[in-house]
Amino acid sequence: MLTDLTIAAARDGLRAKDFSAEELTMAHLHAIEALNPRLNAYITVSHARALDQARAADAALAAGEGRALTGIPLAIKDLFCTEGVRTTAGSKMLGPFVPPYESTVTANLLRDGAVFLGKANLDEFAMGSSNMTSAYGPVENPWKRRQDQAAVLVPGGSSGGSAAAVAARLAMGATGTDTGGSIRQPASFCGLVGVKPTYGRCSRWGVVAFASSLDHPGPFARTVRDGAILLGSMAGHDPKDSTSAPVPVPDFEAACARGVKGLRIGVPKEYRSDGMPSEIEALWQQGLDWLRAAGAEIVDVSLPHTKYGLGTYYIVAPAEASSNLARYDGVRFGLRQDGKDLRDLYERTRAEGFGPEVRRRILIGTYVLSAGYYDAYYLRAQKIRALILKDFTDAFTRVDALLTPTAPSAAFAQGENMDDPIKMYLNDVFTVPANLAGVPAISIPAGLDANGLPLGLQVIGKPFDEETVFAVSAAIEQAAGFSALPQVRAGG
Amino acid sequence: MSLDHATVRRIASLARIRVEEHEVENLRNELNGILGWIEQLNEVDVTGIAPLTGAATMALAMREDVVTDGGYPDKILSNAPERIGNFYAVPKVVE
Repeated sequence: MLTDLTIAAARDGLRAKDFSAEELTMAHLHAIEALNPRLNAYITVSHARALDQARAADAALAAGEGRALTGIPLAIKDLFCTEGVRTTAGSKMLGPFVPPYESTVTANLLRDGAVFLGKANLDEFAMGSSNMTSAYGPVENPWKRRQDQAAVLVPGGSSGGSAAAVAARLAMGATGTDTGGSIRQPASFCGLVGVKPTYGRCSRWGVVAFASSLDHPGPFARTVRDGAILLGSMAGHDPKDSTSAPVPVPDFEAACARGVKGLRIGVPKEYRSDGMPSEIEALWQQGLDWLRAAGAEIVDVSLPHTKYGLGTYYIVAPAEASSNLARYDGVRFGLRQDGKDLRDLYERTRAEGFGPEVRRRILIGTYVLSAGYYDAYYLRAQKIRALILKDFTDAFTRVDALLTPTAPSAAFAQGENMDDPIKMYLNDVFTVPANLAGVPAISIPAGLDANGLPLGLQVIGKPFDEETVFAVSAAIEQAAGFSALPQVRAGG
Repeated sequence: MSLDHATVRRIASLARIRVEEHEVENLRNELNGILGWIEQLNEVDVTGIAPLTGAATMALAMREDVVTDGGYPDKILSNAPERIGNFYAVPKVVE
């Protein structure tokens, strides 16, 4: 089936004229028509636009002008502004919002010939780890528990729609954003490769802001190589984002074939928590054994401030969010709820437009930034953030990359972990430190748990050394030979 | 540190989010739960540590202070809930 192809294989097939971009896009649109009513992976499907882009891709291919992604159908997280296509951020607040401009990352993908199938579901303003906070409904994980086929599992979050779409073959790849794990945790839950590059590698311009110093755009794919192809297109310096790094984009795809011989891989002992399920512990050990067998040296390292990562994150991220989300006031775009005066209009608009989790985080952020509490909370958190970065910097004087589990569990069911916000926050315990430090990290599907659900391993690397992270990820992918398929998928 | 009813109201007011009276108690509990959990950060000795504002390692670049974009008010105003001519419209602020 066309929908089962990798991006690399589809690229070759398109160039060899084995099939057309229009056929490839139609196959995906049919799959979306069949499965999206159930999975709810897309908020908006841009059928006509996708076909126009596919026909343009066929014309480019016929003229011998194929680029890196010409004719490749992708899902775009509904946090990336797409010119003329509604962009909701998963919120009622942006329900009527049609951006008059294109985000830099999506513009880069379009420059390289990609076809956009539609806008993928997400937790509201990317705040969540289950996709349950979306104002457009939850997303179903295409994977099922072997013993309990009736349970509806979450795809993880916040990029849950992106992950479900790629896993169920409703897109060949997708964009996501990762502020505390929002690419890597859903990748782990859905058996995918999820790439959070170095901070500054992909422009944030035109991405609806959550926490600006932590937000990282990145791709989802079904193979490490496909992830490298997508990142190569998405990345690059952008003067419109002042934190975008003016560094060249290396050949990530080539780096996948480097191997790990002679690399030193660190095992941070602080990630070995008491409550870790034995299956995840065993998979981690297996990953280390694979890398050792492939010629890497395994080294124990310490990241002493790991346990403070989540607490630091839940001060810094809400603080930045409370500031970023101040723009939603019912005046210039989005929802407006009329009131008796301007202030009443602001307050009613924001009460009506934001869901409970977003409201909670705005209030926490407002509190930790307020007079009298700034030093005790926000300033202290920024200092601990410096210590967390130093942990990584120190570790990377001894090793080339780190290997850890991606998430503390496999996908859970809708409704689980919902009674207490902190229980949900704990999902990101292994992913948050890389956001605080800005270092690149990739989650790779490495095995299945006893229920037949995918589990991911995470490779973390040095700033702007995604190439090594891709090399290690590809070695794990090769050794793991992960071939399990989700039960709900196109043609499945 | 535990937030009381009045503080929750004050934060909501600073954040310009209308909170109904019956919602305050539940919010108070949720926020106190999160703040209580964050207290663990007080264990860390941060003496002499410079705060880190972000993960970007390079210095912010300088650029020419010139207009590089603009000149399309209709595009900018295309999402306005209410507009009058080339302006956003809001309820009257000054009597």
